Amino acid sequence: MELQLYIQLALITLALPFAGFLILIFTGKRLPRNGDWLATGLISLAFLLSLFILIAKLVWHHNETITSSLNWITLNDLMGPSSIEFGITVDNLSAILLVVVTMISMLVHFFSIGYMKGDIRYSRYFACLGLFSFSMLGIVLTNNLLLMYIFWELVGISSYLLIGHWYEKKTATNAASKAFVVNRVGDAGMFVGIMILFTSFSTFTFETIFDAISNGELPFESTGWLTAAGILIFCGAIGKSAQFPLHVWLPDAMEGPTPVSALIHAATMVAAGVYLVARVFPLLTADALLVIAYIGAVTSVIAATIAATQMDIKKVLAYSTISQLGFMIMALGVGAYAAGFMHLVTHAAFKAGLFLAAGSIIFAMHKALHKTNDHHTDAQDIRNMGGLKRKMPVTYWTFLIFTLAISGIPFTSGFLSKDEILAGTLAFGIMSGHYLLPVAAFLVAGLTAFYMFRALILTFHGEHANATRLEGVEESPKVMIIPLIILASLSVYIFYSFNPFGAASGWIFQAIERPLSIVPVAMQPISNLLFHNVVSMVHSIAMGLSILFAFSGIIFALLVYKWKKIDADRLANSMGMLYKGAFHKWYFDKVYYKVFVDGILGFVKGLHKFDDKVIDGFVNSTAGVAIHLSNISKWIDEHIVNELVTLTAWIAGYAGEQLGRLQTGKVQTYLAFMVFGFIVLFILFI
Amino acid sequence: MENQFIYWLANPGLNHFLMVSALLFALGLMAVITRRNVIMVLMGVELILNSANLNFVAFSHYTSLSLEGHMIALFVIIIASAEAAVALAIILNIYNRFRTINVDEISNLKG
Repeated sequence: MELQLYIQLALITLALPFAGFLILIFTGKRLPRNGDWLATGLISLAFLLSLFILIAKLVWHHNETITSSLNWITLNDLMGPSSIEFGITVDNLSAILLVVVTMISMLVHFFSIGYMKGDIRYSRYFACLGLFSFSMLGIVLTNNLLLMYIFWELVGISSYLLIGHWYEKKTATNAASKAFVVNRVGDAGMFVGIMILFTSFSTFTFETIFDAISNGELPFESTGWLTAAGILIFCGAIGKSAQFPLHVWLPDAMEGPTPVSALIHAATMVAAGVYLVARVFPLLTADALLVIAYIGAVTSVIAATIAATQMDIKKVLAYSTISQLGFMIMALGVGAYAAGFMHLVTHAAFKAGLFLAAGSIIFAMHKALHKTNDHHTDAQDIRNMGGLKRKMPVTYWTFLIFTLAISGIPFTSGFLSKDEILAGTLAFGIMSGHYLLPVAAFLVAGLTAFYMFRALILTFHGEHANATRLEGVEESPKVMIIPLIILASLSVYIFYSFNPFGAASGWIFQAIERPLSIVPVAMQPISNLLFHNVVSMVHSIAMGLSILFAFSGIIFALLVYKWKKIDADRLANSMGMLYKGAFHKWYFDKVYYKVFVDGILGFVKGLHKFDDKVIDGFVNSTAGVAIHLSNISKWIDEHIVNELVTLTAWIAGYAGEQLGRLQTGKVQTYLAFMVFGFIVLFILFI
Repeated sequence: MENQFIYWLANPGLNHFLMVSALLFALGLMAVITRRNVIMVLMGVELILNSANLNFVAFSHYTSLSLEGHMIALFVIIIASAEAAVALAIILNIYNRFRTINVDEISNLKG
């Protein structure tokens, strides 16, 4: 197969969702069924194309990186000519993610046909899904930082549009703005990082930057700047992948429709940050990677503790997502590159599945609540659920599979990737002495199993809060159930590795190899070979511990919620501050609100006062001065200018009066004057 | 001296006519300026015109042989009669309006 064909196919894949977006946004309402079939068809086509690209790539061009670019802008400045390219890259990394994105997007499209039925902005919803898929594919395919940044922002805006889809709800618009603004904080850092690289190397292209660094060129001749550039670019990932301390937007983003949460806030957009780190991995120094690993660890611990205390099913899943993303980031940070990336792929499948299953539950709850004319009960609160297993068997069984996968139970996809991450973290901890990282990782593994089974038991087992409502609950339609079944089957180990206890022999580990670090030797992280050796040494220990933690988490959850051996409230009380802190999301939102929102409002109020008192005062006093000046000017006008005018008039009048006396009105006097004048003239001139 | 004056008187020439004309003019002007009655003023104007006529004729007689001066004098007489007619009409109007022909009482031009 011609290499150029890959580029062409990738371009078509990229263009399909965008075409769908354009058609639907302009003509969506006039199309039959509001055009949902069009959007779904186009994304399905894109999925088939990208599946073909991936298979062809893995079979025929396994180790090649196919790049094609055209010159977009050429700049000539003091630093010499620099060109900005417009290009795409197809390598194993992007090909795999291409399939993940299009597949999840396709399934979400199908699910949405059922879930969004009758929505007032049905076609706009599908148009935005198309825009999102397009921008996400752009991030995956691009070969330079600038284009990646552009698509990065496009992803941000489509996420904003979809979170705020029901913009009649105040909470939805607030959540959309929050997501957008918080992301912007991270993006600012990312942009600074990109600009550090651009000013030093006059290019945005990954390959060119990597070549320059491996030739010994450094930004501003210093390794410190290289570390800074790496960490700053990682700031973008902190924002998009909802890492500590910018994770606060993701739980709020659950205000959007549930399929959107599945697509954007669980599987694809949040994975963009992980993908970004994977892309720039070669230029990250050991220090930068350590920062990344710790941020990932902190994020996953914080989010896992919060997830264990939440009552809203989507909030539980949201914090679980943050926690898992922290896991991936931590994996990349410690150097378990392929493991982190594989977790991204497996997590995309089972977390999208969890969200879609939650969507199915919420859909059913809404219908049931509608039947009983109950408009006050929260359809998303797990305390209002329970006993749904009998009524929604397919949703239950798929939810169970997803839960097993995320908990890391053997024979699931989650077990494969999680096990590798834990082994990598453990190996890194042993080699570098950072023991906190593996401790955090195992703690999170146990917590994950606990909170997921807590949600599962509270939702599907036990007694339903209201017996008549339970009668109204029914299984969701086929168009929603089939994506669940597909995703559930994709959560089984067989699709990723034929050996259920080792991902290393699977195709992802064959396809994805950690790229060689190109930073100066002193700054390099632990070498790949050494790392691999230690990982294979500790692998069985890590696996044993991983299974142990997962099962103890599950058993603890069963003890508390299923068999009720331990009272949940008493447990919460005995935890004291720990529970309270986690329940209140460790006060991040409150502190941010106090510091940023209130702080800015206070600042603005101060400015308002300043305006009111100082600037207005200044303006008012200017007016006062002007009034005084005009008073003086008025006095001058009245008393000097006017008087002068009056005087002139008076002089003229007086002169006229005096001269008027000559006009006696007697003709003979005039004649006498005339004669007299004539005589005078006569004497003078003759 | 006395003889000279008598001699000058006995030999009339241009100067004599001019003297008479000057006297006539002075008398006419006097009448125009001092008389209160408009009719008298008009008569003064006629005197002034006649003094001019006398000058024309005298100059014509003593300086050239042509009759231009006589002709102009005739014209002046004709125009004077027309003027007298107009002036009398004006006087009549003045009388109709002011019920008087005393120039001192007609002082509407007074400033």
